[in-house]
Amino acid sequence: MRGAKMVVEALKREGVEVIFGYPGGAVIDIYDELYKTDEVRHVLVRHEQGAAHAADGFARSTGKVGVALATSGPGATNTVTGIATAYMDSIPMVVLTGQVPTKLIGNDAFQEVDTTGVTRPITKHNFLVKRVEDLPRILKAAFHIARTGRPGPVLVDLPKDVQQAKGEFDYPEEIQLRSYNPTYEPHLKQIERAYQLLEKAERPVFLIGGGVISSGASEEVRELAERLNLPVTMTLMGLGGFPGDHDQSLGMLGMHGTYFANMAVANSDVLLAVGARFDDRVTGRVDAFAPSAKIIHIDIDPTSIQKNVKVDVPIVGDCKRSLERLLELIKAVGKPKKYFKERYKDWWDQIDIWRKRYPLSYKEDPNYIKPQYVLEKLYELTQGNAIICTEVGQNQMWTAQFYKFKYPRTLISSGGLGTMGFGFPASIGAQMGNPGKLVIDIAGDGSIQMNIQELATAMDQRLPIKIIILNNGFLGMVRQWQELFYEKRYSAVKFTTIPDFVKIAEAYGAMGIRITKTQEVEPTLKQILSMDKLVILDVIISPEEGVFPMVPAGKATTEMILV
Amino acid sequence: MSERKCTLSVLVENTPGTLARVAGLFSGRGFNIDSLCVAETLDPTLSHLTLVTRGDDQIIEQIIKQLRRLVDVYKVVDVTEEGDYVEREMALIKVRAEKENREEIFRICEIFRLKIVDVTPRTYVIEVTGDKNKLEAVIELLQPIGIKEIVRTGTIAMKREKKNA
Repeated sequence: MRGAKMVVEALKREGVEVIFGYPGGAVIDIYDELYKTDEVRHVLVRHEQGAAHAADGFARSTGKVGVALATSGPGATNTVTGIATAYMDSIPMVVLTGQVPTKLIGNDAFQEVDTTGVTRPITKHNFLVKRVEDLPRILKAAFHIARTGRPGPVLVDLPKDVQQAKGEFDYPEEIQLRSYNPTYEPHLKQIERAYQLLEKAERPVFLIGGGVISSGASEEVRELAERLNLPVTMTLMGLGGFPGDHDQSLGMLGMHGTYFANMAVANSDVLLAVGARFDDRVTGRVDAFAPSAKIIHIDIDPTSIQKNVKVDVPIVGDCKRSLERLLELIKAVGKPKKYFKERYKDWWDQIDIWRKRYPLSYKEDPNYIKPQYVLEKLYELTQGNAIICTEVGQNQMWTAQFYKFKYPRTLISSGGLGTMGFGFPASIGAQMGNPGKLVIDIAGDGSIQMNIQELATAMDQRLPIKIIILNNGFLGMVRQWQELFYEKRYSAVKFTTIPDFVKIAEAYGAMGIRITKTQEVEPTLKQILSMDKLVILDVIISPEEGVFPMVPAGKATTEMILV
Repeated sequence: MSERKCTLSVLVENTPGTLARVAGLFSGRGFNIDSLCVAETLDPTLSHLTLVTRGDDQIIEQIIKQLRRLVDVYKVVDVTEEGDYVEREMALIKVRAEKENREEIFRICEIFRLKIVDVTPRTYVIEVTGDKNKLEAVIELLQPIGIKEIVRTGTIAMKREKKNA
């Protein structure tokens, strides 16, 4: 069997039904094999960055491995931002790139780049395949590494002569890598220590991150939270891991988190963190983060533990299994629910005072549509039953604050890398993976222009994605920082030319609608949500609206700017 | 927290790119490498790295964890952790060996048990093996005589076997 065919056969064996790619000289052989099969659907994008983000959106929304395919040289380098995005958020992805023939490697050949060298720091692992006989094993390993342990992107670089060479296709069912053995089972002694802290806690907080979603632990999170009566706060990546409309939800914490979530964490005496990595956007000034709390930290990646904050009870293990063990122990000890209800009553009273003092809010303005209002209405109309993708910046933070994510894998957002231009191509992947579901991209007028060419891809596939542009005519998040910390010197945040997004939609054969008044929001949202086609809704919002609360960078999370 | 020196013994898959992964990890995360030695092992599919680094306990813990996270890293041992280990480094030192100082060079070689491995009318190449302190003492003594060139291997280290085991 030829190497190129092995690649397609491996995709079938791994259950890959759809891949996102763009052809080129170094991958023509693979494209020739794709032509001959119906089992693997290929989505032709308009830019390789779009392919990587679409594969990522597919993976985030389905839990399966996303696959992207690009040619050598510029094809490969165009995927770099997409790979880095997936790497920062631990998303399982396999990126296949073409490479010049092995005898030309290192020769500065046409469309040659050292792809494994370029992507080494932004992949979980990568491979350059030098012999066709290694190919089946490497492809198996790539999928295995991408989806196990702490997931992440894996790149396989495929020289053209390897694709053309013939070899035995002996695809392994299972693979063991002696140097790669992620720890799934937690240490039971540590689980006991964690429980002892929780049982004696007076002001506990349960903090969940993206690990809860990738390990499928949201049921366990809910059971534990309800059993122990714990207040739950989420990182951006953790939103949807616990129902945002639940009484015990404090919403997101951190730089743009809620006042009450940040106050609860800052005053907690026990912090149970699961699948979160204490990023600087979450902790603010580290020495002021949860200063009196004993921290229990569950994570599958040992490097996440003790990296940014000092942890009292480290637990290395899969989030789901670790919570299962903790729940088993709680049941075995058998303290009734009532014990924790009474024990944390004063703590909840305090939290309720904070909740009433500064709930999430915004000022209404008769002249402008408020972006927060759009998201509130969108939540009311969808009741959390939609996959919401976001771009990056204010649009992303308003979404995180005002849309109550009820289910895991319903928020698709670039958390770690903060990639503008991510949301729309990711929504293509999400819609491909969830054909019957409502998929919405919340965008800004800046971000949407970073991968707007993918409108053609979405139209090719007849995807009924709804793009809602919160259009303030500014690069709003940078403008907000300039307003607050740079004395309103608005340097390079106002575009002189803003395209007519309605006409852009129409140019691609989609539908475009613009609204400028608050009373138009609800009826127009209702209208577009019921339409079975791609719509761009251009919402002209108040130009200098900010995202609040806000913790200035490097400050303690209790030092919030509230309005 | 105080900085300490740490010698790590690292077994890695003998595949292309593994050294770049290790080196990239150190540069990308701002860790220090004082020295690095790479050689094959009895098992041809594994390579052995001896890596000397510095940091406080938290940094060293991160370095070890980050190394273990690499898919191609088989095993990481902190040789210095329990304090009971042997370490060696080798250097080749080319010194000016004029008539008037040959006597002195011989004397230094005898005291430190050094070998002269190459001789020309005006230079000697001296082989030094020992721990860092010994190497530095030899270099200090040879410097006034005139060192033309020096090449050092970097440290290799091994834990001592437990006596009562």
